[in-house]
Amino acid sequence: MSPSEFVGLVLTDYTIRTVSIGSAALGAVAGALGCFALLRRQSLLGDAISHAALPGIGLAFLLTGNRAMPILVLGAALAGWLGTLFVLGIVRNSRIPEDAALGIVLSVFFGFGLVVLTIAQRRPTAAQAGLETFLFGQAATLLERDVALIVVVGASAVLVLALLWKEFKLLTFDREFGVSIGLSATRLDLLLTGLLVAAIVLGLQAVGVVLMSALIVAPAAAARQWTNSLSVMVGLAGVLGAIAGAGGALLSSFASGIPTGPTIVLIATGAVVFSLLAAPERGLASRLVRDARTRRRVRADGVLADLYALACQHPGRTGHPHPVAVLKAMHSTNGGVERSLRRLEADGWAREARPGEWSLTTAGAARAREGFRAEFEADAPPAAG
Amino acid sequence: MSAPAVVEIDDLTVAYRQQPVLWDIDLTVRAGALTAVVGPNGAGKTTLIKSIIGLVPVAAGRVRVLGRRYREARRDVAYVPQRGSVDWDFPTSVIDVVLMGSYGALGWVRRPGARERAAALEALEKVGLEAFRDRQISQLSGGQQQRVFLARALIQNARLYLMDEPFQGVDARTERAIVDVLKEIRTQGRTVVAVHHALQSVPEYFDDVVLLNVRKVASGSVEDVFTEENLRATYGGRVPFLQAVAGQGEP
Repeated sequence: MSPSEFVGLVLTDYTIRTVSIGSAALGAVAGALGCFALLRRQSLLGDAISHAALPGIGLAFLLTGNRAMPILVLGAALAGWLGTLFVLGIVRNSRIPEDAALGIVLSVFFGFGLVVLTIAQRRPTAAQAGLETFLFGQAATLLERDVALIVVVGASAVLVLALLWKEFKLLTFDREFGVSIGLSATRLDLLLTGLLVAAIVLGLQAVGVVLMSALIVAPAAAARQWTNSLSVMVGLAGVLGAIAGAGGALLSSFASGIPTGPTIVLIATGAVVFSLLAAPERGLASRLVRDARTRRRVRADGVLADLYALACQHPGRTGHPHPVAVLKAMHSTNGGVERSLRRLEADGWAREARPGEWSLTTAGAARAREGFRAEFEADAPPAAG
Repeated sequence: MSAPAVVEIDDLTVAYRQQPVLWDIDLTVRAGALTAVVGPNGAGKTTLIKSIIGLVPVAAGRVRVLGRRYREARRDVAYVPQRGSVDWDFPTSVIDVVLMGSYGALGWVRRPGARERAAALEALEKVGLEAFRDRQISQLSGGQQQRVFLARALIQNARLYLMDEPFQGVDARTERAIVDVLKEIRTQGRTVVAVHHALQSVPEYFDDVVLLNVRKVASGSVEDVFTEENLRATYGGRVPFLQAVAGQGEP
């Protein structure tokens, strides 16, 4: 299939369009809410919630015999919410640290969920119900009314986020100050966690319980690398989440047999890796470039200082040339003397007076003097008074 | 006639896991004065500040702020937490943090507007950070972070300022800026209670002092209660700078 055929299919094929819109909306909401989970250091909570939701799905099906998404989502939400309360309760009432509490709740609920799911599969209607898609997700199973539910609930979550923006922001940055001006931290916590639960359970059918947390954390982690503004970060994470969601859904729909969860995770993780490497300021590449630049600068300054020290041996004749070999012998750091000299030449601080012999320019001498003076003053005891 | 009490604490006890952190504290804070809270590590200084604004559960006792319960008085109170209590890598700018001081007066949903921005800029100017307004907060030095917190408290326009270690680990310039701001607050008849570590600067910066070590050892004007005897009682006899203070006398 050529790219243009692919685009044509996405635009015209009803099912594919529905699935893409649903997955994109899901990714956008998960990405935006994920920023708060990330900044509040609650990334693992998303994982616990999604795993804890599994028994809710199985029980909802067993109790009602119905596999309509709203019913299963409701079961998932209740179970996910219960799991969250367990985590909070364990942390508050015992000395078990939060990461252990998350691990306990996640595995216990997930294990129970697998048991319930196995029982549910024995029901005659179960094969048709396709409950196993909830493990790794299958976006192609989304129906139009499922997508409508995702869009409506997702839009409501975003609306709440927008209305209570400054409260959530303050609570995330400086909780105690927020409480001091009258924010109800507990209620806002519950609300924000509730929104996170909603986003997660909506995504379970398309993305699956096992990997849903990646759609929460990865877009936020990638977006954080590119910006220092919370609103830009949330917007960018929403866009990245939408791309990962729609991209993963399309890939898995075309290559039949591949679950959606893993494809979404691969795309989202790609964005994270790229961001960690390439982002300006925070990225690895820019840090390496900055470090190398600093190193070269320091080295060149060292050579300039050596040249100045040599020039001091010839008072009144700043321009007296000195062989490179002397500089190499003097220079304490290894190598790079020629390169540093070329750099000083480019800056106009030194020149090659004769082949292989270098001297300071007037500007270079002035700069070296200044550098020495600054160093002297930094070392000197502060003036009295 | 004595000045009305800004903070009134009766029989306050606070405990963490059966361990008392504050024991039976009675305290009144005078209006229009700068009050230092001093004591050794673990003396409950931070807890005292937090119990005034309801951040820690109180086991027993009563706290009144400006004659009311804290929740009724909080519009008149500005809290400056310890600088290290927040993540300075949070994605936001200096002016944004200062604007958070306006959230209490704005109430739910409403966003800060031109008026709040003007107040924030004025506060930044007072602490000497007007050039840093759009700086990402992770790029600030410790002293600059402290001044950002101070600016945030200033736009709250409070009658009582509660500060947790405002001088902790700051540079000389920041220390001067903070002292200037404290004096201005006092000139306007407003009140400051600050947790303070450097005993030698207590007489220079503060009017009143509270000596705390789980129990209250003494409180009152620096002249009356900041004595060698009280300091020994507070610090258990190990007060390294005591000789220096005693030798200097009153500066």
